[in-house]
Amino acid sequence: MTAVIDEPVATPHRWAAPARPAWEEEPSRAGLAGKGLVLLFACLAVLFPLWIIVVTSLSSRKTIDEAGGLVIVPKGVTFIAYQELLGGGQVTRAAVISVLVTVAGTLFSMAVSVLCAYGLSRTGSLGHRGILMTLLATMFFSAGLIPTYLLVQSLGLTDSYLALILPSAVSVFNILVLRGFFMGISPELIDSARIDGAGDFRILWQIVMPLSRAVLAVITLFYAVGYWSAWFNASLYLNDQDMMPLQNVMIQLVQKQEAPVGLGQAIRTGQLSGLAIQMAVMVMALLPVAVLSPFVQKHFKKGMLTGAVKG
Amino acid sequence: MSHSTVPRSTTEEGTPEQLPVTSHDTTGPREGRRAGRLSPRLRFRRDRVLILMTLPAVLLVLVFNYLPILGNIVAFQDYDPYISDNGIVSILNSPFVGLENFQRIFEASAFWQAVQNTLVLFFIQIVVFFPVTILLALLINSVVRPRVRAVAQAVLYLPHFFSWVLVIAVFQQMFGGAGMLSQLLRQHGHDGLDIMTDPHTFAFLITAQSVWKDAGWGIIVFLAALASVPQDHYEAAAMDGAGRWGRMWHVTLPALRPVIALLLVLRVGDALTVGFEQILLQRDAVGPDAGEVLDTFVWWNGVRNQDFGYAAAAGLIKGVVSIGLVLTANKVAHLMGEQGVYKK
Repeated sequence: MTAVIDEPVATPHRWAAPARPAWEEEPSRAGLAGKGLVLLFACLAVLFPLWIIVVTSLSSRKTIDEAGGLVIVPKGVTFIAYQELLGGGQVTRAAVISVLVTVAGTLFSMAVSVLCAYGLSRTGSLGHRGILMTLLATMFFSAGLIPTYLLVQSLGLTDSYLALILPSAVSVFNILVLRGFFMGISPELIDSARIDGAGDFRILWQIVMPLSRAVLAVITLFYAVGYWSAWFNASLYLNDQDMMPLQNVMIQLVQKQEAPVGLGQAIRTGQLSGLAIQMAVMVMALLPVAVLSPFVQKHFKKGMLTGAVKG
Repeated sequence: MSHSTVPRSTTEEGTPEQLPVTSHDTTGPREGRRAGRLSPRLRFRRDRVLILMTLPAVLLVLVFNYLPILGNIVAFQDYDPYISDNGIVSILNSPFVGLENFQRIFEASAFWQAVQNTLVLFFIQIVVFFPVTILLALLINSVVRPRVRAVAQAVLYLPHFFSWVLVIAVFQQMFGGAGMLSQLLRQHGHDGLDIMTDPHTFAFLITAQSVWKDAGWGIIVFLAALASVPQDHYEAAAMDGAGRWGRMWHVTLPALRPVIALLLVLRVGDALTVGFEQILLQRDAVGPDAGEVLDTFVWWNGVRNQDFGYAAAAGLIKGVVSIGLVLTANKVAHLMGEQGVYKK
């Protein structure tokens, strides 16, 4: 058991282990092998299902029929399922809607949250405690599903995309993480900018935000994933099937095994495999997330830790 | 509103009430003492931009988190959604029935079934989820090659960012009636099996999904705690003759103890909320006897059956008990000398 060495001194090889401290014993081969196996198993538990889904979505109907269903070993690659799904129609529309709601919602949430976090980042400011408590209290209670549902309906947000954005636009936890980070920026820097005549908006934009790129990236990812993954509000407030985002269409196609609108005939008779279509929808849902999150990964720890609440 | 100027030519100039340029509190822990030094009017002039910045978020929170609290009044009404298209108008015109909704709930066996399911799921999740997460964290922490660590972490964090719809679809493809497992069984002459619709194993299915999705993500907190253990503690233990396991037992685990305790306490505070989206998506496949929890009970009776008063009453019971649990949990965390969700 060794402690973490975060910043290894120039290692000879990228994958090599850093030098062991003198007091530590040589690791046993059995121990290393055991550790490696468990770690490999854990990673495979994540990657194997994803592999199967991706491979099946890229397989022809013939390959899928031969495999008796899901394909583990790819035999050739065909993009027919994606061509059908992205060539206009139900899934294309749903994907576009999801992208637009995610982009608009994330921008809105970030603007509101960053402003609020900066506004609360000076512990001596007027009303700071009261506003903070107002936000904090929401972490302890929820008004309940039914009253919230009735309220959103009363506000006339039914069948509007605002119903997917406004009710969940503010995450108090995210604001606290941002605020914790902003508070860590040296006050002297901000003071000197003020003395030079910069206003708060300018300080936020030109000094605070450039210094907080890491935490901004993390929180942006959190918000974006939240909007991208959301399906419940759409199921509550949207009645029009044509307005449904990708996750809700995925429920219909994958969970309830329905064929996409207009493709039923092609699946029953032609080259198209219903299974490949389902898998392709799943890949479309997971791809953006899987591509983006590793980039932000190295900042997670910092982001989670600065979220400590300082009342 | 480009910037708020710092007034220096006002009447206050030269007096002890000189307006400070910034609102940083430099007095350290004795907050609030300093607050009395400036008049509120001056502080408002100095901080008005900061207050303005918080307004959009505060307004959203007031409208979507505080305002609906008043809507809980329908729990005491025979709420009629057909009075008007507008819920607020309907609330104002619906007759009060006192505690009738609550009476109906306490007499409903479905409600008690939902309570039982909620507690069983919560319990199994705690017993399985925490040890898996802690073991994973210890494992990752013992990997010394930075590249291997980074890759393993990237892989293990990934499922946390998948939607519940996707996670359940993945499980369906693996363990469902037409999934990988059934496929392999059939190819070897056995019957296929459909774990996704079996009420008897539902609790374990839910737990497996939670572990697959979030166990990897959960290790972050533990890794952070372990990263703060000074290296020389390990060295000292080694000098005293502690081996690999001895160091883990006497140095590593004690470092994790406060984090584990805190997370457990916070989780208990959340006991009545067990994966609403996750379970709602699968409730129909296994049937309400096994798959109904408090949150889905509220959803089913309100959104589906339009019995809003009844559903709101169930939600209110859950909400009130939950607040009590959270506050108690935080109290316990403070008594343990930890910082809970909030500080005293």
